[in-house]
Order: sequence, then C-alpha cells, then structure tokens
Amino acid sequence: MTAPQLEIQAIAVVTAIACAMPGVFLVLRRMAMLSDAISHSILLGIVLAFFATRDLTSPWLVFAAAVTGVATVSLVELLQRTGRVREDAAIGLVFPALFSAGVILISRHAGGVHLDTDAVLMGELAFAPFDRLVVAGRDVGPRALWMMGGILALNGLLTAVFHKELKLATFDAGLAAALGFAPAAVHYGLMSVVSLTAVGAFDAVGAILVVALMIGPPAAAYLLTDRLSAMIGLSALLGAVAAVAGYWVAHALDASLAGCMAVMTGALFALALLLAPERGLLVAARRRQRQRWDFALAMLAIHLAQHEGQPDEHVECLPDHLSDHLRWAPDFAARVVDLARRRDLVVERAGLLALTEAGRDLARAAMVR
Amino acid sequence: MNRAIAAAERPGAATPAIEVSDLTVAYRERPVLWDVDLSVPSGILMAIVGPNGAGKTTLMKAILGLIRPAAGRVLVHGRPGGEQRRLVAYVPQRGSVDWDFPTTVLDVVTMGTYGALGWVRRPGRRERERALAAIAKVGMQDFVGRQISQLSGGQQQRVFLARALAQDAQVFCMDEPFQGVDARTERAIVALLQDLRAAGRTVVVVHHDLQTVPEYFDWVTLLNVRRIASGPVADVFTERNLRLAYGGRVAFLARDPGSGPDPATSEGGRGRA
Repeated sequence: MTAPQLEIQAIAVVTAIACAMPGVFLVLRRMAMLSDAISHSILLGIVLAFFATRDLTSPWLVFAAAVTGVATVSLVELLQRTGRVREDAAIGLVFPALFSAGVILISRHAGGVHLDTDAVLMGELAFAPFDRLVVAGRDVGPRALWMMGGILALNGLLTAVFHKELKLATFDAGLAAALGFAPAAVHYGLMSVVSLTAVGAFDAVGAILVVALMIGPPAAAYLLTDRLSAMIGLSALLGAVAAVAGYWVAHALDASLAGCMAVMTGALFALALLLAPERGLLVAARRRQRQRWDFALAMLAIHLAQHEGQPDEHVECLPDHLSDHLRWAPDFAARVVDLARRRDLVVERAGLLALTEAGRDLARAAMVR
Repeated sequence: MNRAIAAAERPGAATPAIEVSDLTVAYRERPVLWDVDLSVPSGILMAIVGPNGAGKTTLMKAILGLIRPAAGRVLVHGRPGGEQRRLVAYVPQRGSVDWDFPTTVLDVVTMGTYGALGWVRRPGRRERERALAAIAKVGMQDFVGRQISQLSGGQQQRVFLARALAQDAQVFCMDEPFQGVDARTERAIVALLQDLRAAGRTVVVVHHDLQTVPEYFDWVTLLNVRRIASGPVADVFTERNLRLAYGGRVAFLARDPGSGPDPATSEGGRGRA
C-alpha cells in the first residue's frame, strides 16, 4: 500500500467514526432525513462565506455552514409548527431550496474557483492526500485528516460527556424537561454537531457519503444490539469497515471512492437485516417455521386426545383421515405424523394413532395455555 | 389565602404540596384550562378525573412546569414549580416513549436518579443501588437486564413507576398509570401508591375509571376545562359534581349510600352537546 492509499483510508475511517456518533442519535430520534437536509443545505453557507472572505480555507466557511445546518432544522420545525405541512414534506421543501440557491450562486459567480457541484455531492477523496497541512514549514499530513480527526475528537468528547443527557432527551423528552435537562438545548446541540460533522466531511467525502455514514451503520447496529453504548461502538466499527471495504472495491473497479463506500454501508445494513441474531429476517423466518411445526404437533395431540377411546376413534385417529379433520394437505399431515412419531408423541397401534404419555402432556399443556 | 385554607383543612400540613391559582392554559388561543384554583394537601392520594379533552394531562404538565401557562401560577411545597423539579416525579403515559429504544430495565429506572445528579455527572454505584431498590419495590427484580421492548404493558408501567420511585420525590404525578394493565398489576400499583401516601408523599393520578375512585383514592379533583370540584372523595365525588363535569354522559354515578342515584338514567342521557 502506498502512502496516499493509506491516507485516503485513514481519512475515510476517521470520517466514518465521526459520523456514526451523532448518527446513532439521529436514527433513534427518527430524524435520519435531517442529516440529508443538513448535509446539502450547508452548501449555501459555504458559498456565502466564500463570497464574504474570498478564501476557501477560511474557518468562517465551516462556521457559516454549521449555522446554515442549524438554520435548516429551525426552518423545518417552523414550517411544521404552522400545522399546514408535515415534517417529511417540510424537509423536502427546505433543503432543496437552500441547496439549489447554493448551486446557482456557484454557477453564476464562482466559475473559476474550486467549488463545483459534482465535488459537493461525491467529494474528492482521491485528491485529499494532495491537500497537505503545513505547520511551520513542515508537512504534517493531509488537511482533511486533521479536520476530520478534530471533529472526531470533538464528537467523541461530547458523546462521552453528555451521554446521559443525550440518552434521556432521546428516550423520554418529557422526563428530561421535568428533571431540568432542557431537551430543546440537547436537540439543537445535536443538530450543531451534525452540521459541523457534515461540513467537515463535505469537502473530503461529499454529501451522499455523509448521509450514508450517519444513517447506514447506526441502522445496522440497531438490529445487532439492545444497548445504547454497544450501538454507538458497533456503528463506529461498521462505518470503519464500510470505509475500508469501499476503498478496495473502488480500487478493484476503478470507480468512485465515495460511491463505493456508500454502497458498502448499504451492503452491511442488508447483511445485518438478514443475519442479525435476534431481529434478522432469517432468524425470524426460521422461528416462524418452527412455530408452525410446533403448532401442528399441538393440534394433532389435542385432536387425538379428544377422540381417544371415543366411539369415533376408528375414524378420527386414522392417519389418512387427518387431512379431512384438520384441514391439512395429505403430505403435510403425513409429515406432521412422522415428526410426532420421531419425537415420541404418538405411536401407531392397530392402524390407529395413539398418544404416548409425552403426547398427552403436550395436549394438556397446549390446552391450558 | 389559599394556603391558610389548606392549613386549616389539614392541621399539621403547613403548606399544601401543590397550590395552583388562577391557572389558564391555552393552545393557539383555545383555552384548555380556564382559571383553575387547586390546593392539594400533603400526604394524600388524589385522582384527577374528567371527560376527554378536559385538560387533565395539561393540568399535570403545568404542575410539572412542562408548559407555560397563559396566566396563573403553580407552587410546589410553597415555591414555584420550576425551582422544585427534584421534589416532583413524573410518570408519563406509557405510549409517550419508544419502547424499542436500545436500553434495559435497570437503565430506564436509573434515569430517575439523573435529576439529583445534574448535568454531566454520571450515575455510579449509589444510583445503581437506588435503582435496584426501586425495581425490587415494584417486583421487577427478575427483569433487571431485560431489553424494555420485551416487557408486557403492565411490566412497562411498573418500570415507569420504579423510575419515579428512584427519583425519591415528595410529589408523584402519574398520567393514567392503569391504562392497558391487567387487574393484578393494577392492584399492585394501587398498593404501591398507598404505601407512598403512608410514607407522607403526595400522589396525583390522572384517572379514567370512575368506578374505582372511591376505592383507590382519598381525594379527587373533577375537571372539565374549569375546576368543577376538588376535595376529599366523600365530600366532592357526588352525582351533582359528576354531572357538572361530564354533562349527561356519565356512564357511572357515585354510589353514595345516602343520595342513592339511579344508575339507569346515567347512560346516554342527553348525549354529546
């Protein structure tokens, strides 16, 4: 691996972990789409601050972008509060307008500058290693790595320090307010962090990957654990895996880095959805299958228990008649009887099915439940 | 003035636990509570009853300082509610939170101790022990590490109650704690509330089932945007007051041995206004 390759992956991993932390709370608060809104509308802030400073590296760009992100959230809430527009529509109204205003401003006034709309959406991760941070004449590494490293440190610190407040305000805003924890302040604090993270990641990885990294790994982690701190840790890990895997896929396919990484977050989520130990679709399907057989066995046991020793025993307990009486297809009935025999629930006596002691217990247990 | 009245009613209880005066709350200029006065003495178990939209939950939220009234004020143990947050524990309606949240019973109950911790400080062993003691009080000790979505409705309600107990408050405000719980859990919760009262705490419950008011509570407030009546159940839980609160829609009338209301006339009545 060459040094630039390593640096690109390091930037992507650091970005992924930085995004995962606020992402967990966005997902839990059902505000995932706000990350989409924020990561796009900050473009307007960046452009406006650029016109004011004429300097693409000015810290004012970051500040203005973060303010635009929070303003986006306020605008969405304002629209919602009119009672005329629902939240999803409010988001869909606000961010395309702000984003497009940014795009128009760039195309009208910033033709010759390094600010173009493709880079905004997909970033320029491949070029990130060429933009070096030079301190006192010494090259200390890619600027993006320092930028995202700083944001990662900030996010990690805030998530650790305000863990309790974030958890309470997310789980039960009413109690948070009653205990004096100002859930509105926590909300806007979180939105500021999301904005700042989006701004920092924007230049390197683009808006699409920011959304993918904020939502994909936490959504996957949500399926894999039922502890909040484990969910944060897992999200960071999954984000990092998606970043590295995406890098090598892009390398092999000679395709967009940010695009492949975003696809990998989707792939990891799909894997979690299928294979999660408790909530995965496969486990659920197998559980349903098992319940179906258990239910069929219980039905058989109850049926036999009802008719054992009765005058109609010779009809009702005949294996071939089960499909009539229990509305089972003949081959399904045969498989149920077979399974019941293997589990020692029934035996065949003189051509009739008879319950064993275990079978009678099952029928009794099934009926009292 | 109200304070003097309350003190006269309950010798020994100097200041009422909750004192609401001239409280008006409006959503978008539509009044939900009109000029409500209320004095709740310390150490009682009180039901707030009234028809849907009477402002029961709103009154509770105003007591908790969760909404800003258009007029009036709320005192808790003699001081503005906002300054007394730690004295008041809140049990919201069970449906108000996301039970799929990745957290455990112990974690949720520990949240009750957050108020005493304040910002940033993390719960430690003392908070954990308080939470475990509260969990034991509601009989959920076998579920400490359980993810909260795996609990039944009654168990979730008991977890909420344990969270309020862990808060170690003087005043407990509960919004329909019996909603969707089975009869056994309801009895267990009532027993706990009566224990709290015996320990000198004040318990205010938004309640729906008029039948059980005389059995469970010793104090009742009838509400329908205005305060209809408030006082000991024996004095104010009368047919007349219920009619005033519910209009003709009372499905149940108080079984006052003396006044002997006729239940047959109660249902349907005048219908919706």
